[in-house]
Amino acid sequence: MTIHFILNGEKTTLNVTPDRRAVDVLREDCGRTGTKEGCGAGECGACTILVDGESRLSCLMLAAQLEGRKITTIEGMAVRDSLHPLQNAFIRHGAVQCGFCTPGMILAATSLMNHNPHPTRADIRAGLSGNLCRCTGYQKIVDAVEAAVRLEEEKS
Amino acid sequence: MTQVYLPRTLTELWTYLDGEPEALIYTGGTDLLVKMPAENANTAPALICLERLGELRCIRETADSILIGSTTTHAELLRHPLILAQLPVLAQALQTLGSPLIRNMGTIGGNICTASPAGDTLPPLYILEAEVELHSRKAVRILPIREFISGPGKTQLQKGEILSGVAVKKPADYNIHHFEKVGQRKSMACAVASMAALLRLSPSGLIEAARLALGSVGPTVVTATAIDESLIGKKLSLTSLAATAERIRQLVAPIDDVRASADYRRTVSGNLLLRLLDARTQ
Ligand SMILES: Cc1cc2nc3c(=O)[nH]c(=O)nc-3n(C[C@H](O)[C@H](O)[C@H](O)COP(=O)(O)OP(=O)(O)OC[C@H]3O[C@@H](n4cnc5c(N)ncnc54)[C@H](O)[C@@H]3O)c2cc1C
Ligand code: FES
Ligand code: FES
Repeated sequence: MTIHFILNGEKTTLNVTPDRRAVDVLREDCGRTGTKEGCGAGECGACTILVDGESRLSCLMLAAQLEGRKITTIEGMAVRDSLHPLQNAFIRHGAVQCGFCTPGMILAATSLMNHNPHPTRADIRAGLSGNLCRCTGYQKIVDAVEAAVRLEEEKS
Repeated sequence: MTQVYLPRTLTELWTYLDGEPEALIYTGGTDLLVKMPAENANTAPALICLERLGELRCIRETADSILIGSTTTHAELLRHPLILAQLPVLAQALQTLGSPLIRNMGTIGGNICTASPAGDTLPPLYILEAEVELHSRKAVRILPIREFISGPGKTQLQKGEILSGVAVKKPADYNIHHFEKVGQRKSMACAVASMAALLRLSPSGLIEAARLALGSVGPTVVTATAIDESLIGKKLSLTSLAATAERIRQLVAPIDDVRASADYRRTVSGNLLLRLLDARTQ
């Protein structure tokens, strides 16, 4: 079937088998390999993407479900050469080690901030509780998101 | 290859179902697509995803009840003022369900139809006297949730039928709403045992009405009028609850599995009642 959707701001038209998983379509057909597959079963959050601005697991979505949606993957977060404030904060706070969980963490944090622009540390922990990290121990990830939240608050 | 249909209206749904009567239905996919990874999806004759069925994505109130459309996600429920204000026991359960990602995708209809003994919305729905609404092209029927769910993973859903919504009575008579789930960790953990409770406490602190339901400790949600009645007239104190806690331990019928032993579940079910001591009136 032919599907039309917006991928990171670009109109995209693809010919796909409707029952392929969204994570495979994004990685293999669209070359957006920033979206990772960890468990393929909803448990790890590595495959997190934004669908119309809200976090979803692309391993539990089929290609047909992309139709008509605005999809954001980690590749769509930076604006040309300037990284998204969350990406900068992750670098500055040492929140990236192997990096496998990072795209999912950043997109989950974006979704959290869309719904709650002033999250507390506890809110951040709860908001990222569906994303597993095997390296950092989470502390630095929470630090990074908190710093990005404070930066946004200062701006506004 | 399996065709995937995304009906936007019930009329479209019935047309797809007429063409593909053996199609599998899903909404958030957080149960169905986990059980059926994409490699096997092509063994299904067709898939019908209800995520865009706007008619069923709703929360409405009448004078004495609240109606929740089946395709409403857990996250939408948790953001809705009616649910937060009138159904705290359901909101507390939803907060423990899966993770933010699972709550953005998973739906109340999916949780009910999966009919897992560990389904977190089920103990609250049982004590809220929920009735499910089942829709087919030709008819609508209403069943109490305890009749709809007939065993672990088993429901009365018939071919050509979908769950369109669930209606609960407003629990106006109760001033304590309480839900607690014990799992292996806080997030993304299936319940080892859970308890939902509605109580009415008199100004002098006596229990005037009680409804309890336990999850994950039997083939379906466990409730018992005798247990509820044994609390009437008692104070919320350790000594007065201890006897009922013991009766709960005898009543439940848990199993051993990878998450916990039957013995542990039995002990925890009784202890969950004692946690009512920490519950606060609304
Ligand atoms: C990592 C992870 C963690 C989880 N944690 C929890 C948890 O803590 N507590 C818990 O209770 N559950 C948990 N679940 C299970 C699941 O997320 C919930 O049961 C969720 O509510 C299912 O909703 P869904 O819309 O995704 O269901 P789907 O997968 O879309 O469907 C589930 C079943 O219901 C049927 N169905 C769905 N909607 C309808 C309808 N409207 N009419 C007729 N049939 C329908 C489908 O045919 C299928 O059999 C978890 C799942 C995952 C992957
Ligand atoms: S790969 Fe999707 S949640 Fe793990
Ligand atoms: S940085 Fe390695 S998994 Fe998080």
